Amino acid sequence: MSVLKIEDLQVSVETEQGTKQILRGVDLTIGEGETHAIMGPNGSGKSTLAYAIAGHPKYHVEGGSVTLDGEEMLDKSVDERARAGLFLAMQYPVEIPGVSVSNFLRTAKTAIDGQAPAIRGWIKDLDASMSALRMDKSFRERNVNEGFSGGEKKRNEILQLELLKPKFAVLDETDSGLDVDALKIVSEGVNRAKANTGLGILLITHYNRILRYVQPDFVHVFVAGRVAEQGGPELAVRLENEGYDRFLAGSNVG
Amino acid sequence: MASETTAPLIERPEHPEPAQHGLQAHSDGGSAFVPVQTRSERFTSTSPEDFAAVTGLEFEWKFAPLATIKHLTEGPLDGSPAAFSYTESGGTTVGWIDRTDALIGAAGAPEERASANAWSAAENALHIQVSGEEAGELTVRRDRFDATARAAHVVIEALPNSAGTVILEHSGPANLAENVEIVVGDNARLTVVTVQEWDDDAIHLSSHFARVGRDASLRHVVVSLGGKAVRVNPSVHLVEQGASIESFGLYFADAGQYIEQRPYIDHVAANTRSRVNYKGALQGAGAHTVWVGDVLIGPHADGTDSYEQNRNLVLSEGTRADSIPNLEIETGNIVGAGHASSTGRFDDEQLFYLQSRGITEEEARRLVVRGFLAEIIQQIGSPALEERLAAAVEAELLQSQGLAGEVV
Repeated sequence: MSVLKIEDLQVSVETEQGTKQILRGVDLTIGEGETHAIMGPNGSGKSTLAYAIAGHPKYHVEGGSVTLDGEEMLDKSVDERARAGLFLAMQYPVEIPGVSVSNFLRTAKTAIDGQAPAIRGWIKDLDASMSALRMDKSFRERNVNEGFSGGEKKRNEILQLELLKPKFAVLDETDSGLDVDALKIVSEGVNRAKANTGLGILLITHYNRILRYVQPDFVHVFVAGRVAEQGGPELAVRLENEGYDRFLAGSNVG
Repeated sequence: MASETTAPLIERPEHPEPAQHGLQAHSDGGSAFVPVQTRSERFTSTSPEDFAAVTGLEFEWKFAPLATIKHLTEGPLDGSPAAFSYTESGGTTVGWIDRTDALIGAAGAPEERASANAWSAAENALHIQVSGEEAGELTVRRDRFDATARAAHVVIEALPNSAGTVILEHSGPANLAENVEIVVGDNARLTVVTVQEWDDDAIHLSSHFARVGRDASLRHVVVSLGGKAVRVNPSVHLVEQGASIESFGLYFADAGQYIEQRPYIDHVAANTRSRVNYKGALQGAGAHTVWVGDVLIGPHADGTDSYEQNRNLVLSEGTRADSIPNLEIETGNIVGAGHASSTGRFDDEQLFYLQSRGITEEEARRLVVRGFLAEIIQQIGSPALEERLAAAVEAELLQSQGLAGEVV
């Protein structure tokens, strides 16, 4: 049983106004095959949590730990964390000019597995995932994210999730900007990855919408850099109806 | 070999009041040496005595390592024909022509002293003729130079309605000043690729002059990877209506290496089109690159469509990239004219994205650089050469990473 454990995580970021504390002691434990939804108002630190777990250099860890099966992730470089089994599906995936999707995926797969994938099996897996995500084969020869629509970028993220087979994935607002058809396609991809590999998921979202397609086991409400309340799927429904107002009284988040 | 084509010299109508755009705005920090005359009025002559001795203050020479190259501007040059080899496909011929041949001077004349010195010293010219209508590919390998200071003259001629690719591959030692004339006949489609993979101590000053005829198109690609000081300055004259040029450049400067290019696009006739795109990478102490892009849209060049850009990727400390786009417009009736220049470091977000997929930082950097330069390599249009150059860029990257030690 793999476990991703976040304990008392405190993270700051440099801004023009100086150092700003964003995460103020986050505790979360995600087991293999579990789906945890993190919901919260804008500015509550949801994306900071995602980037801090992945190791983005902009975010400074002030304290706490993130362990994967007991192994500290915060001491590791970004690529080491990925090779250990962490994955971040980004809200705004960047363009890599001149690097084809096919070359990028093969390079990443080789890095994660420590050896190049066998050609025939790889092409088969790639074709199957792309076709399930309704991605045309021509995507393979396009440069990574260059000229992709919002929906295409998100599908490309989920394609990587399916092919790289991480133990735990953080999905950072993967649902934002998607129409309902794209949302279903992306959600199916996430569910497939979970069914195939026992993926544990930290699903960060502002809206309840994606939770209709990706069933959460747990819902955590994130306010002012820490978990303010947690519960089962019924909490998401309540948030949908009531909004975040009751959590915001007295907090300093705008 | 006599030639049937007698292309006239570039005749230029008188201009009205010249208006300059961009020269001031993009000059390199208000240098006093940016020429104030319009680009087309720059002095030309085929004899070096007509130019003053080079001091290094001239705009043409201010960036260059003068101690290394000055002898090519004034010293005696051996102008005897140098050996070369070539691999040919149909529709092309290669041979020597006399310096009195009518083709000599058909595409332009020297604007600086090294070019004039080479012009007057070269005893004859290597003549490459493309005549076939089916696009053929000819590779001329010039790899038998030595440390002797030499002059050379090359004429590449695409007959009307012909199509083809001419690749000039340079390797080995060199101490060479030369002129390369490119005459593109009406309705011809010519690609000229010049690849500089010289030895580390080689010196190469090359002026290219192109004359593009009616409805003809030239794709001109400069790839400079090896050599101590390498300068390739293409001047392209779009003299007949419908003429077009795609001008590409790719360069990679290592520690102590100097690479310069000054593409000049001269829109003389109406409805002419130009695209200029040069990309370079710099890595290692003292790596220095210079790009000066001049575009002149003359008073009769109505309907001109023009864009030039230069992008540099700086891979380590201690490098210098000079990038100066200049645009002069003498008619308001154009389709478009734009320019862009940027010099930057690695994009941290690109590296983060790649690393977050398990790719090591070193490999991520390599992917980004390769991708950055691939845009130019993909334009060459010769699959075998594209593949070889991609590998050559890769080797540059690995080699200079090793030499540079810690990558910044």
